[in-house]
Amino acid sequence: MDVILFLVFAVIAVVCAVNVVLQKHPISSAISLIGVMGSLAVLYLLLGAEFIAAAQVIVYAGAVMVLFVFVIMLLNAGEEVRRGRSFMAQLLGMPLLVAFAGLMAWFVNRLYPESTGVHFGGFTGGTPLAVGRALFTRYLLPFEVTSILVLIAIVGAIVLGRKEMD
Amino acid sequence: MSEVPIAWFLVLSAVLFALGVAGFLFRRNIITVFMSIELMLNAVNLSFVTFSYQFKQVNGNLYTFFVMVVAAAEAAVGLAIILTVFKNRSTLNIDEVNSMKD
Repeated sequence: MDVILFLVFAVIAVVCAVNVVLQKHPISSAISLIGVMGSLAVLYLLLGAEFIAAAQVIVYAGAVMVLFVFVIMLLNAGEEVRRGRSFMAQLLGMPLLVAFAGLMAWFVNRLYPESTGVHFGGFTGGTPLAVGRALFTRYLLPFEVTSILVLIAIVGAIVLGRKEMD
Repeated sequence: MSEVPIAWFLVLSAVLFALGVAGFLFRRNIITVFMSIELMLNAVNLSFVTFSYQFKQVNGNLYTFFVMVVAAAEAAVGLAIILTVFKNRSTLNIDEVNSMKD
């Protein structure tokens, strides 16, 4: 059952990720990226990370992608213009990429030949209770630093986005 | 077999990361390049959560949380930069935004 769940959503994630790369129009890429993020949220649930799954849907598939779609609409971004690429890029691009992915997959299989299997409910430490407890005790300083970072990001975005007043 | 091997999650993460790299290198639209970066961040998040499951500790989830916060901040600033670039150059093609080259 868990294997079927994993396979279904892994295939959805990979197909949507391929679509992100291949689509010509940015809005199609954005919709495909939402598909990747949604299926990754289901996989997080399978791994017992309930809080992260919820945050993935709310923050990534919600807030960040709304920002992307908003900017795409604001700039009226159309299909991108294809240009001729250099000979080396055309020749070596895809094979090197496949070699990169294959090498990483080989390393992983080599490192984890017979590791523990993942089944639903095998790890319950990712609940909001556990995450919040760790966040406000052991990781309190990084958490507070993060709030400064977000404040800086907000101020930076406003400064970059405002009209020149002089 | 009712359990998913942990290596499958890591392989999925590797494949998604490679696709993100592909989008980053092949695409010419600056917004799509930015979305490829988000795809790579998501792939790394998946491996963090997987390791969190393997070691039965919550730390991986917290790293994922921090990565999410940084990604959200980065998206806000990055898209503001894209808006400014478009305002000044009225193009989204990264081949034409190359004045630092010469």
